[in-house]
Amino acid sequence: MSGTTGAAPTARRDPFGGGPSDPQGTRKTGRLGDRLFGGAARGAGLLVIAIVVLVGVFLLSRAVPALLDNRANFLTSTEWSVGGESQRFGIATMLWVTVASSVVAMVIAVPLGVSVALFITQYAPTWLARPAAGLVQLLAAVPSIVFGIWGAYVVGPYFEPVQNLLNSVLGWTPLFSDTTVSGSSTILFAGVVLAIMVLPIVTAMSGEIFAQTPTTHREGALALGATKWEMIRTTVLPFGKPGVISAAMLGLGRALGETVAVMIILSALADGTAWSWSLLNGGETFASKIANGAPEFTTPLQTGAYIAAGLVLFVLTFVVNAIARVVINRRKAFTE
Amino acid sequence: MAKRIDVKDLNVYYGAFKAVEDVTMTVEPRSVTAFIGPSGCGKSTFLRTLNRMHEVVPGGRVEGHVMLDDQDLYSPKVDPVAVRRTVGMVFQRPNPFPTMSIFDNVAAGLRLNGLRDKKRLAERVETSLRGAHLWNEVKDRLDKPGAGLSGGQQQRLCIARAIAVRPSVLLMDEPCSALDPISTQAIEDLIGTLKSDYTIVIVTHNMQQAARVSDRTAFFNLAATGRPGRLVEMDDTQKIFSNPTQRATEDYISGRFG
Ligand SMILES: Nc1ncnc2c1ncn2[C@@H]1O[C@H](COP(=O)(O)OP(=O)(O)O)[C@@H](O)[C@H]1O
Ligand SMILES: [Mg+2]
Repeated sequence: MSGTTGAAPTARRDPFGGGPSDPQGTRKTGRLGDRLFGGAARGAGLLVIAIVVLVGVFLLSRAVPALLDNRANFLTSTEWSVGGESQRFGIATMLWVTVASSVVAMVIAVPLGVSVALFITQYAPTWLARPAAGLVQLLAAVPSIVFGIWGAYVVGPYFEPVQNLLNSVLGWTPLFSDTTVSGSSTILFAGVVLAIMVLPIVTAMSGEIFAQTPTTHREGALALGATKWEMIRTTVLPFGKPGVISAAMLGLGRALGETVAVMIILSALADGTAWSWSLLNGGETFASKIANGAPEFTTPLQTGAYIAAGLVLFVLTFVVNAIARVVINRRKAFTE
Repeated sequence: MAKRIDVKDLNVYYGAFKAVEDVTMTVEPRSVTAFIGPSGCGKSTFLRTLNRMHEVVPGGRVEGHVMLDDQDLYSPKVDPVAVRRTVGMVFQRPNPFPTMSIFDNVAAGLRLNGLRDKKRLAERVETSLRGAHLWNEVKDRLDKPGAGLSGGQQQRLCIARAIAVRPSVLLMDEPCSALDPISTQAIEDLIGTLKSDYTIVIVTHNMQQAARVSDRTAFFNLAATGRPGRLVEMDDTQKIFSNPTQRATEDYISGRFG
């Protein structure tokens, strides 16, 4: 296209659009080592970009034909019947189950993680703070299948009465209304287990930033006659807020994509089950749907339907991470 | 409002390390008292025992007594939080709360004290900012962040924040050491007016400043590094700078130290 030729030379020199590509002028006086390393770095960068582009092209090339062939509305349909002559599939249920379970997880994990982080960094004596922080880190090392099994078979039975209570007290609201799902194979319980899984991320990241609150700020508040909690409220929390937000976003990204634990806990619904907003319902998230559907990856069109669903999850996670990045960058601008 | 401070046989420790030893002194109300001495001799440490801020440091503790009029700050019944509401403090580096506006910075202590009434808050903020000689410079931008002010303005903002809660005593730990000469002058003028209402104790490494602003001067020193700091001599500022009793004081003020 003729319109782009004028900009091409600069665009090639500066693929990331980040100002002059050779600010120190090293290229002119560059020695061999510089040139070799520069070339290697450039090559690696291009390779990564190429891989991402190729993966994207491949996924789209599979998803698009399936989407074109789809007889139902991809975004609003609750159906999922793939394979055979005419496919009908939509992501509405998955989108709801994914978002609902992740939001439940964040509603639990963020306040809990922030509290634990405050305890570790502000209240615990040093001999307790280190082991407590280590314990939280250990949680991050537990494989998600262990969380799934532990949740489904160990904690689940104890969670049932809690659900029943919520149902009997708040059953009149759509979120806790009756469903056909029995036991703890619900969105709500999946959210609880997800909360425990993202707790280490939220706690570690919030704790890290809380601990960085400058002593001068803390002492300023204390010297005014603030109690410990008032000091935390006036200095530690405002200072840590951007960090907590980005921690929550990263945790959310993790929860959205979690597969195995959710697969073990949630009971899939029979096709054609009526739509329900209830958190006491079962269902499948994007990730668990795709994992459950793996045996069905037989024809390109059928596989394409799952790939299309996966792309939506990718976009969702990407948006969440992008928001986190923006928040983190804003904090950088603020502290410098 | 201003109160007298009586310190008796005070030792200060950080864990097992004795930082300050055996200080006994009286600070008169409505006067400016300067602490001078070489760095590391415990001026800040001792100053912080006057509002129990040393307890913020893990392991910080004292032996002895600090009386504020006839109240012992270290009696078991006394809450350190209450002490700090009576004895305010200004730090070496200006430390306005960065996420708060100028107004909220000054109002912070008042809000901690439970003052919620908008009109009275606004009055007290204005009085305090006037008292800190800052009102004219900031009255049109009270809702802007305090961190956007110059260093000297930030330090006066911190003074406004400290006096907003009407303490009896104002402690200042090298309040001008991070400031330019003009801001320093502004703060020194301010100290001159504040002393009619408050008991002021100021740590300074600048002897001319001590001579300019204070009525009484206390000279601290250490026998050797690793040894606790001690109060060598305390007297009228004029006397200390013209005719000190102790040899060490004379050496220090005449620059023949060390
Ligand atoms: N937070 C602390 N923990 C341990 N030791 C400290 C602490 N602050 C100060 N000290 C020690 O106490 C002594 C007095 O320090 P400081 O009061 O800061 O002196 P000055 O203000 O006169 O320079 C020094 O030996 C210093 O190392
Ligand atoms: Mg000091």
